[in-house]
Amino acid sequence: MRYSIFTLAAQTLRGHRGWKPVWRDANPRPEYDVIIVGGGGHGLATAYYLASQHGLSNIVVLEKGHIGSGNVGRNTTIIRSNYLLPGNTPFYELSMKLWEGLEQDINYNAMVSQRGVLNLYHSDAQRDAYARRGNAMRLAGADAELLDREQVRAMLPFLDYDNARFPIQGGLLQKRGGSVRHDAVAWGYARAADRCGVDIVQNCEVTGLTIDADGIHGVETSRGPIRARKVALAVAGSSSRLAAMAGLRLPIESHVLQAFVSEGLKPLIDTVVTFGAGHFYVSQSDKGGLVFGGDIDGYNSYAQRGNLPVIEDVMESGMALWPGLGRIRVLRHWGGIMDMSMDGSPIIDHTPVHGLYLNAGWCYGGFKATPASGWCFAHLIARDQSHPVAAAYRLDRFATGHVIDEKGAGAQPNLH
Amino acid sequence: MRLPCPHCGTRDVQEFTYLGDANVKRPGADEMSEAAMTRYVYERDNPAGRQREYWHHSSGCHAWIVVTRDTRTHRIESAEPAKPLVQS
Amino acid sequence: MANATQPFRLPQIGLVDRNAPLTFRFDGQALSGFRGDTLASALLANGARLIGRSFKYHRPRGLLTAGPEEPNGLVELRTGARREPNTRATVAELYDGLEATSQNRWPSLGFDLLSINALFAPALMAGFYYKTFMWPASFWERLYEPAIRRAAGLGRAANAEDPDTYEKAFAFCDILVIGGGPAGLSAALAAGRAGARVILCDDDFALGGRLLSERREIDGLPASQWLARTIAELESFPDIRVMRRTTIFGVYDHGVYGALERVADHVMAPAPHQPRQRAWRIVAKRAILAAGAIERPTVFGGNDTPGVMLAGAVRTYVNRFGVAPGREAAIFTAGDDGWNTARDLAAAGVKIVAVVDSREQVDPNLRTLCEGFGAPLYAGASVFGASGGKSLRRLAIREANGSVRTLACDLLTVSNGWNPTIHLASHQGHRPVWNAAIHAFVAGDLPDGMRVAGSAAGRFSLREALLDGAQLGAEAAQDCGLATKQSAPAPATDPEAVAVAPVSRVAGSRGKAFVDYQNDVTDRDIELAAQEGFRSVEHLKRYTTLGMATDQGKTSNLAGLAIMAELTGKTIAETGVTMFRPPYAPVAIGALAGHHRGQDFRPVRLAPTHQWSKELGAVFVESGLWRRAQYYPQPGENDWLTTVNRETLAVRGGVGVCDVSTLGKIDIQGADALTLLERVYINNWSNLPIGKARYGVMLREDGFVMDDGTASRLGETHFLMTTTTANAVKIMQHLEFCLQVLWPTLDVQIASVSEQWAQMAIAGPRSRDLLRAVIDEEHDISDDAFPYLAARMVSVGGGVEARLFRVSFSGERAYELAVPAGYGDALARALMAAGRPFGVTPYGLEAMGVMRIEKGHVAGGELNGQTTARDLGLARMMSGRKDFIGRVMAGRPALVEPDRPILAGFKPVDRAQRLRAGAHFLGLGRSADLDNDEGYMTSVAYSPNLGHWIGLGLIKRGAERIGERVRAYDPVRNGDVEVEICNALFLDVEGARLRG
Repeated sequence: MRYSIFTLAAQTLRGHRGWKPVWRDANPRPEYDVIIVGGGGHGLATAYYLASQHGLSNIVVLEKGHIGSGNVGRNTTIIRSNYLLPGNTPFYELSMKLWEGLEQDINYNAMVSQRGVLNLYHSDAQRDAYARRGNAMRLAGADAELLDREQVRAMLPFLDYDNARFPIQGGLLQKRGGSVRHDAVAWGYARAADRCGVDIVQNCEVTGLTIDADGIHGVETSRGPIRARKVALAVAGSSSRLAAMAGLRLPIESHVLQAFVSEGLKPLIDTVVTFGAGHFYVSQSDKGGLVFGGDIDGYNSYAQRGNLPVIEDVMESGMALWPGLGRIRVLRHWGGIMDMSMDGSPIIDHTPVHGLYLNAGWCYGGFKATPASGWCFAHLIARDQSHPVAAAYRLDRFATGHVIDEKGAGAQPNLH
Repeated sequence: MRLPCPHCGTRDVQEFTYLGDANVKRPGADEMSEAAMTRYVYERDNPAGRQREYWHHSSGCHAWIVVTRDTRTHRIESAEPAKPLVQS
Repeated sequence: MANATQPFRLPQIGLVDRNAPLTFRFDGQALSGFRGDTLASALLANGARLIGRSFKYHRPRGLLTAGPEEPNGLVELRTGARREPNTRATVAELYDGLEATSQNRWPSLGFDLLSINALFAPALMAGFYYKTFMWPASFWERLYEPAIRRAAGLGRAANAEDPDTYEKAFAFCDILVIGGGPAGLSAALAAGRAGARVILCDDDFALGGRLLSERREIDGLPASQWLARTIAELESFPDIRVMRRTTIFGVYDHGVYGALERVADHVMAPAPHQPRQRAWRIVAKRAILAAGAIERPTVFGGNDTPGVMLAGAVRTYVNRFGVAPGREAAIFTAGDDGWNTARDLAAAGVKIVAVVDSREQVDPNLRTLCEGFGAPLYAGASVFGASGGKSLRRLAIREANGSVRTLACDLLTVSNGWNPTIHLASHQGHRPVWNAAIHAFVAGDLPDGMRVAGSAAGRFSLREALLDGAQLGAEAAQDCGLATKQSAPAPATDPEAVAVAPVSRVAGSRGKAFVDYQNDVTDRDIELAAQEGFRSVEHLKRYTTLGMATDQGKTSNLAGLAIMAELTGKTIAETGVTMFRPPYAPVAIGALAGHHRGQDFRPVRLAPTHQWSKELGAVFVESGLWRRAQYYPQPGENDWLTTVNRETLAVRGGVGVCDVSTLGKIDIQGADALTLLERVYINNWSNLPIGKARYGVMLREDGFVMDDGTASRLGETHFLMTTTTANAVKIMQHLEFCLQVLWPTLDVQIASVSEQWAQMAIAGPRSRDLLRAVIDEEHDISDDAFPYLAARMVSVGGGVEARLFRVSFSGERAYELAVPAGYGDALARALMAAGRPFGVTPYGLEAMGVMRIEKGHVAGGELNGQTTARDLGLARMMSGRKDFIGRVMAGRPALVEPDRPILAGFKPVDRAQRLRAGAHFLGLGRSADLDNDEGYMTSVAYSPNLGHWIGLGLIKRGAERIGERVRAYDPVRNGDVEVEICNALFLDVEGARLRG
C-alpha cells in the first residue's frame, strides 16, 4: 500500500479499516543469504539497501526486542555533516544527501527537516577551529557558513550575549543540517525493506555465532539456529558483546549518553544550536518539546540511565547559553548506550572471521549516519569491498595508526 | 553515583575522573611491540557486568583507585588503591 | 450552599483558611479563593469548568484530578518573564495576586478556532503524518512543518531571562521517606523513634496525603487529630527534617535522590535573597517509597467532557478544599471506592442523581445507601457517553439488560480503582510486575535500599498504610544499625472496603473515548496501532504518543495497555509493562542549573597580577577558566592590532613583562625523579645538570603529542616541570597514573605547585638590566653565571624566595621569575617601577602569540591532539636510547607516512594580504575539493617586525617544499590567498637574540 494524501483520504472515508501492518512480523526461516543482527536504524537501512541497491532479498533482520528500541529511538534526532577529517566528511555528506531524498525513496514521512545546525564559538581559537572545519566541509561538497556574533544574534536574539561567562563570538552554520523524526526512520526503513521481501524478526536474540575455520555459518538465537554465510552485526551499544561471541576484542567501550525533553511549548527555536563553552545542544521538536543533551556520563555502562552530575551540567550549560530556559521544565530524561570507539569514529569493515561483517563504534553520532551507514554496509556485504566513502572505517586502523580522531583526544573513549 | 574512596570514604562521583578498564596492562620492556601496544592502548573486553576500572580521586586525595563495578547495574563491589594492587 | 463570590464553595467543610481570602485572575477575570486552595480548587469554587484545550483536537477540557497527574488543567501561570507554561492548576498553590491564563487556544478559551481540528479528526488518526506531506520534498520545511509546529506545543514560554534565582543543596540521612501520607508519616515516626536521621519529603504544601481528602477515623477520632499529633511528634525530633513542597523527582545510583523544593512558588515573587526553588541531592542509606496511588479513569465516549472527574479527586475538592465540583452528581464506579464519593458528596449537600456501578452484584448495604440518596442505582451498567461540550450536561447509560437511558447532571465521578505510584521504583531500570489481584502494576525488584509502603505497594487500605509504614520505618532503622523499641500497637481504623472490578473501556461508546487526554489519544488510535503492527508497548507509545504528554501517562498508560491486551487477545502481563523515566514530575531547568548561569556559569581563575593588569587598562580574554590579559591598550590606540604591534616591538626593542603564572607547575622530587622524566618526555634528560632547564615534549601512549613545556633541575633529585596552561590538570593526573599504576616502584613524589607560584616573563634585550634591579644583589645573573637555560633559586625584594629561569618563548633574551603567589602583584609592580628607565612594557597573550609564531614555536593551534612530534618538526628530539610513553605507537605506519602534513611557515605572496588560521592549503590551479586538500593553517599573526602577516601550518611534505606557492583557501570567510611556504622560523634564525 502506497502512502499518500489520497490513500489517507480514502482510508479516512473507510474508517481506517484498510491499513495494513507497516511491516510483517516475520518468523525466522532456517537459512538466509544474509543475516543482519540488530533491528535498529542501521540494521534496517542495511537490509533495505541490500535489497534495493544490490538485488538481494533473502535477508533477515534479527532484533532481540522490538525494532527501533535501541539508539534510533533514543537519540536527539539531529542530522548534520559538519565533520572535520577527510575520513569522515564524504561519508556524512553522503548521508545528508540520502536524508534529502529519503522520504520519497521509502515512501514514508520521516519529517526530515533541514532547519539548520549552528555550532557556536566563544574564542578566537575556537573560531579558527570551526573555520578549519567549515572549509573542510566545503571541500567535501557540504554547505558551511561562518557567522559572526551579530549574525548569530540576528538568528537567535534570546541567547546570552551580554552577561555570559564565555560570550558568544559567532558560529558555524550548516543550513542543510536539521532533525528527523527518529522512530519514523526505523519504521520507514522497516516498511521499505519489508516491501522488498526482507524478513524482520522481532524478539529474537542472537545467543551465539556459528564459526569454524571457513568462517561464519550462521547464528544461534533464542528462536533456534539460523544459517547464513554472511552475518552482519549492526548492534551499536552491544557490539563488544556480539564480537566476543566471535572471539574478538574491539576498540570500543559502552557508555551512557543522556538526553532530555521539555514539556511541549509553542515554537521558540527553529535551528539546532550547540553551545561551544559547555556541553549542551538543543532543538525543538514538531510537537513542541525542547530536545536537548550534553556530554556522556563518562564511565562504562550498559544501564540505559545516567546520573545527576551530568544532568546538572547540561542544565547549567543550557542556562548559560539561553537564560530564558529557567522556567521551562524537563519532562523526561533517559539514557542510551553508545559504542564509544577509541578514536571517536565508526567501524564498517570485515572482521578476521570470514563472512562476519561489523558496523560499530558510532559514538553519539550514529543517528545522522543511518542512511549512509546502511548504504555503505550493504555495499560491503554485497560486494565484499568497502564503499569508497567508508574506506577509512577500517577495523585495523588502530594497529596501523590511521585513526580518525576529530577531537584529538586520543585513545580514551569517554573524551570523544 | 557515589564511589567509596579507600582513603577518603564514600564521595560523589563528581570528585572522580574515570579512565577505564584496569585489566589492561602496559607491556613490559621484553614484550613491547606494536601489536602488544595496540592491544594495551585500544582493545577492551568492555564487559556487560563486572568490570575492574581505574578512577582518579581528582578532587580528593589524588589516588588512582581500582573500582570493581557492574556495568549493568552500576553496583560497586569494591574499591582499592591502585598502587599496592599493581605492586603485588 | 453558595456564597456570592464563590458559588461552589461549601460552608464549614474543608481545610482552607476562611479567614485568609485571596484574590486571583484567570484569563483576566478577577476571582477569589482562600489560603490553602490550589488554583484548581479555587477555580472550581468559582464555578469554572473549562480550564484548557487539548493538544491535537483543541477539545474543551476541565479538571480531571486534584494532583500532579492532572492531564487537562494546564495553565500559563504568572506573567512576563515569570510566565510558566503548562503549570498544572491542581498543584499550583493559590496566592494573593496570582494570575493564570489558559493556553493552547486562539483567540480565547471559550472560542478556540483551532478546535476546527476536531472536524478533521477522522483523518488525524495516530501517525497520519507519516503517511503524507511527502511531496514535494521542499514543502515540508516551507509549508507543512511550520503549520504543524504552530498548532502543536502547549503553553508559551516567556523566553526572557528568568528573574528568579535557584539554589542547589546536598543532604545526607539514614532514611528518606518519600510521601507524607499515612504510610510515610508512620514510617518516619517509627524510624525517628529509633533515633534515625530521617528526611520526609512531600510534594504537597500540607502533610497528610489522602487523609486530607477523606473522612476517616483513626483510634476512634477524626484522622485529623492523629495527623496533628504525628506531625507534632515528628517535628520534635532534632534528626527529622520534614520537607514540604518537595518532590523527589528521580532515583540515581548508590542512594542518591534528586529532590525539588519549591521555596517560593506559593508567593507572588521570592523574598529578597531567597531562591524560587532549590534542587537537592539527597543521599540516603534507605528509602521508603510511600507515594500513594493514582486513580485511573475509565475509557468511554465523551469521558473528557468538563465535569467528568475522578472520584477520589472529587473527594479532595469536597473534603479538603470545601468545594463542590457540581450540583447534580452522577457516580460511575467499578468498585466500592466510588461509593465513598457518593457518600461525601451527599453529606456536603450535593444532589446524587444516579449511581452507576458496573458490577452486577452490589452489596446490600450500598443499595440501602443509594436509597438514602434518593437516587436510582444502575448495577451492572455503564456510562457510554458523556456530552455537553464545555460543561457536562448529559450522560448516556447502558443498563445491565442493554436498555439505554439518558440522564442530566453536571458532574460525573469516575471510580475505577487505583494504580500504585511506583515511578521512582523503576527509575533504575527495574520492571514493575503485574498484580492481577489489584489489576495494577506494582514494584518488582527495587533500587538498592528502597522499600515500598502502603498504597504505593498496592495495599490500599488506611490500616495497611499505617501498618506498612510503622514496620518498614522500624526495619529501615534497624538496617542502619539502630535498635528499635517494641513497636507501639498499630492505630485502629474505621472499616473500609476497597474491592474493585475495573473496566478499562466501555464497549459501544458514543463519541470519542480518550485514553490519553492531553495528547488526544483515543481507543480508536490504539486499535489502529494494533492493526498496523505497533503492538509492543514502546511502539504503541511512540506511534500514538500515548503517555508522552506532560503527565507522562500517569492516568493513561494502563488503560492503553489494557486495550492493546484486549485487542491482541493477550493478558496485560504478556502485553508489556510501562516503564517510568525521571523526573517523576517536570522540573524547571533553572532549578537544576542552580546559580551556574550568566557570569557565574563557571568559576573565574584570575592571575596573581590580575588587579595590576586591570589598573593598567588591560583587555582580558577567557582562556579555559582563566581570565588573562590579552593586551594593554594605551590612549589613542583604536584597534587591538595597533596595541599588539606596539607591545611586540617594545619587547623586541627593549623589555616587556607578562604574567605566565597560568602555566602548570609540578614539583618532582625523589631518587627516581630523573627516571620519571625520561619515561614521560620523548627527549633525553640524563645529562641535564643541576641549575639548568630544558624544553621537553610528551606524547600520549598512542604516539601523538600531548603537551610540551620545560623542566628544570633544581637539585640532584629535585625537578620543576611546567606544562601548558590548558593541560596543567591533565598532566598532573597523567604523572600520578605513571607513578601509582605504571611504575609504582619508582621513588618519586610529585605535587602541583601551579597556584603556589606567581611567574612573570621578562623578555627583551634589556631584560637582564631590569632583572638586575629587582633581584637581590647577592645573586649573580651575568651571562657567565646565568646563561641561556639556567634555572636557579634567587631572592627578590630583600629575601623573598624566588626562582629564576632563563627560558624564552619570544625568542628574545628572556627570563621567567617566580615568587610565592602572594608576592605576584608586588613583583609585577616592582618590575614596572624598576623598568621605567628601560621603557618596560606590559604585554599580553596576543603579543606573546605574535612572538612565538615569529619564532615558529608550537602552541595550542599545533598541539591539537592530532599531531605527532614528527609533524611538528620535533622528531629529532625523540631519543632512540630509551623507552618513553608513546614511543612504540609513534612508529606506526600512518604516523610516519611521508605524506603527513608537517609544520611549515607561510607568508602571503602579496604581502598586504591577511592570513587566517583554519584556511586549507590547495595546490595552485587545483580545484577546491577534498582530493587536493594538503593541510591547513594552524596559527597566524601580523608581524610588525616583518611588516606582513605570517602563519604556521601543516602541509604535506612541507619541509621539501620551501619556496613553493600554494593557495590558502578559506571559503567560509571568502578567503583565497596565495601563500609561499617558508621556514617556520621567521626571525633570528641563528638564535642570536636569545643569548644577548
